[in-house]
Amino acid sequence: MAAASFTAAKFLAPALPARSGAGGDRAPSSFPASSAMRPLRRARPAHRLLAVSSDVLAGNKAAPAAAAAQPAVTREEALELYEDMVLGRNFEDMCAQMYYRGKMFGFVHLYNGQEAVSTGFIKLLNQPDCVVSTYRDHVHALSKGVPARSVMAELFGKATGCCRGQGGSMHMFSEPHNVLGGFAFIGEGIPVATGAAFAAKYRHEVLKQSSPDGLDVTIAFFGDGTANNGQFFECLNMAQLWKLPIIFVVENNLWAIGMSHLRATSDPEIWKKGPAFGMPGVHVDGMDVLKVREVAKEAIDRARRGEGPTLVEAETYRFRGHSLADPDELRRPDEKSHYAARDPITQLKKYIIEQNLASEAELKSIEKRIDDVVEEAVEFADASPLPPRSQLLENVFADPKGFGIGPDGKYRCEDPKFTQGTAQV
Amino acid sequence: MAAAAASLHATAAVSKSRSAAIPQVATSVRVAAASRGPGSARARGGLVVARAAAVKDEAADTNSGGHEVLMFEALREAMIEEMTLDPTVCMIGEDVGDYGGSYKVSKGLSEMFGDLRVLDTPIAENSFTGMGVGAAMKGLRPVVEGMNMGFLLLAYNQISNNCGMLHYTSGGQFKIPIVIRGPGGVGRQLGAEHSQRLESYFQSIPGLQMVACSTPYNAKGLLKAAIRSENPVVVFEHVLLYNMKEKIPDEDYICCLEEAEMVRPGSQVTILTYSRMRYHVMQAVKTLVNKGYDPEVIDIRSLKPFDLHTIGNSVKKTHRVLIVEECMRTGGIGASLRSAIIDNFWDELDAPPMCLSSQDVPTPYAAPLEDATVVQPPQIVAAIEEICR
Repeated sequence: MAAASFTAAKFLAPALPARSGAGGDRAPSSFPASSAMRPLRRARPAHRLLAVSSDVLAGNKAAPAAAAAQPAVTREEALELYEDMVLGRNFEDMCAQMYYRGKMFGFVHLYNGQEAVSTGFIKLLNQPDCVVSTYRDHVHALSKGVPARSVMAELFGKATGCCRGQGGSMHMFSEPHNVLGGFAFIGEGIPVATGAAFAAKYRHEVLKQSSPDGLDVTIAFFGDGTANNGQFFECLNMAQLWKLPIIFVVENNLWAIGMSHLRATSDPEIWKKGPAFGMPGVHVDGMDVLKVREVAKEAIDRARRGEGPTLVEAETYRFRGHSLADPDELRRPDEKSHYAARDPITQLKKYIIEQNLASEAELKSIEKRIDDVVEEAVEFADASPLPPRSQLLENVFADPKGFGIGPDGKYRCEDPKFTQGTAQV
Repeated sequence: MAAAAASLHATAAVSKSRSAAIPQVATSVRVAAASRGPGSARARGGLVVARAAAVKDEAADTNSGGHEVLMFEALREAMIEEMTLDPTVCMIGEDVGDYGGSYKVSKGLSEMFGDLRVLDTPIAENSFTGMGVGAAMKGLRPVVEGMNMGFLLLAYNQISNNCGMLHYTSGGQFKIPIVIRGPGGVGRQLGAEHSQRLESYFQSIPGLQMVACSTPYNAKGLLKAAIRSENPVVVFEHVLLYNMKEKIPDEDYICCLEEAEMVRPGSQVTILTYSRMRYHVMQAVKTLVNKGYDPEVIDIRSLKPFDLHTIGNSVKKTHRVLIVEECMRTGGIGASLRSAIIDNFWDELDAPPMCLSSQDVPTPYAAPLEDATVVQPPQIVAAIEEICR
């Protein structure tokens, strides 16, 4: 499948040859060449498809080339990655089914095709690390460990959902898993992520709470459209200024609903905007979980060491429309098939088998297990109750005295029925 | 005791609006849970000051000790005390660190607490307010300063969507104990954009509490209470009140966020006001008292939610209400307050509740026009005469 027919090629020079030898590459790979959206103009080593270590940035030495012969992952890691991506895919497919069956409502934005980014980054995180996402957040929540049943129940609007049915598809939060949302307006989560990273630095420097792993890391996921938003730039500035432990991950799937990235952006190479603020900017093939993981490792380690933020642009693609309401008529079939051929799950499966990390049967059994998990999630969500009326005002205020004092002199929250809606100010 | 503020129109005959006997308060970090006793809306845990008794003379004499401060110093004391008590309290804003705050509220604080705890930000209100939200979700208690409240219009997205909503949309998982504070209101020929009243814009945001301080005493008390509150609280200060002088207690105290303050008890008509208009009201009251009227003046302080108990008791006593506010007429705090009074106390009213607000105009620069924008004492006098006819 020639890259030349891909839309981006009309805009940029022809693709570079696939890189060789550098870490993470798989010798027998028959992946189609990554899109033409690689950095092309000046081939500075720091901006090739290698994660940027601080050494490289300082220009002190060339980035070490990892031994290409051994696989980039162990068997356990590979299976974990595989399982996580299959979970993401199956879950989203089930969402589509449930939506069309009338069990799920409103705006639902599915992540099919982008799994390598979520899995590649989030599986490297620990529990105290934070994830902030956008409305396309189901899979980020799942990768971070939120149980599938909690996410499904939330999507069904049930009281057992992770947000008690009060958030919905676009507002996945989980305090135990440090998933800080779930935001409907693009860009809105980036300052929140910056704040979580600030809190991590504050805990370390002011509260003197340190972990042997280093600083807790925050990852902000958002799309190409968001990379034109003011909050993005403001936070790049502040994160670098204060060397916050945050990674800005742009899931560049080339489309913001019907707006092509190229039509919306004066300089479409988003990774370049990192160095403009003094931080490393890296472009990575977001359809390849192992490459994403390699970049993620470097960025996370930098952040943990206190070296500050990294901007990662992951080239990826959503196989479905922007949301389940999107007829998806603007994207060309050849573009879609180009990326379908680079399905991250298929590629990882191929890699695992070729590297003899596991057998076909083992992978099948993982897929079966995931099917069961997703089925169970649906059953759980179906069987769960809708929120009762008494839940209506319960969480408006952390301190319900905020509803104020009524004419009778009592706080409105002293009325046992106030959460049903008697607390009118 | 008159306020020494050279910049104020009204000589503030500030009532000593606090109880004669201020309970000695423990310096614990969190406000005690509301007591559940019937009736007493006042005794809410040991930290909350009993509701203001009204008479100015009383308190002044029984107060031995105490120290005089200007309003900005009172706010500064609140910040220092809370930041000392609780290491998770921090300040975020433009020029709060090295510069000491453009109204000197944070003067010296970055030397005391370091520049991570008193964070000088770039000019990016939306993002640093959102940063405050994220930090609050992860256990800090940020105080975000808007250099001028009007600048926080840029942060409206974060204030509305995130401050107000995230506790709810997360199903109660994350709390946002953030304080957003800054000076607003019409100043001295500052021009339209620096003369805004955001309380009317923010009042619909669910999940947000709003208070307006008007004296050094309640400024310190409200800011401390706001910092200790688990809810997001917006504290509205006023550009012209920072040099108000008052004697405040030496001991630790807070003011209840949800309560109104009795400024002058009376029997004839209830005047509800807040922030700088309190002083215009009190100036008008001097004239009115000389003319034989007996108005009751309440500083509502809590703009959201309204203290309908204090307000209701007053309406039940006087049966006439005048609201004097600095918001614009359309959609202001007064508009909501009038609705609330009509909804709750219709039967008590002998006259339609009146509201004096600022003109619906971008505040003009020229002095006579600016004066005509806000409510002036003679208008208040005329309104009372009208209501009490």
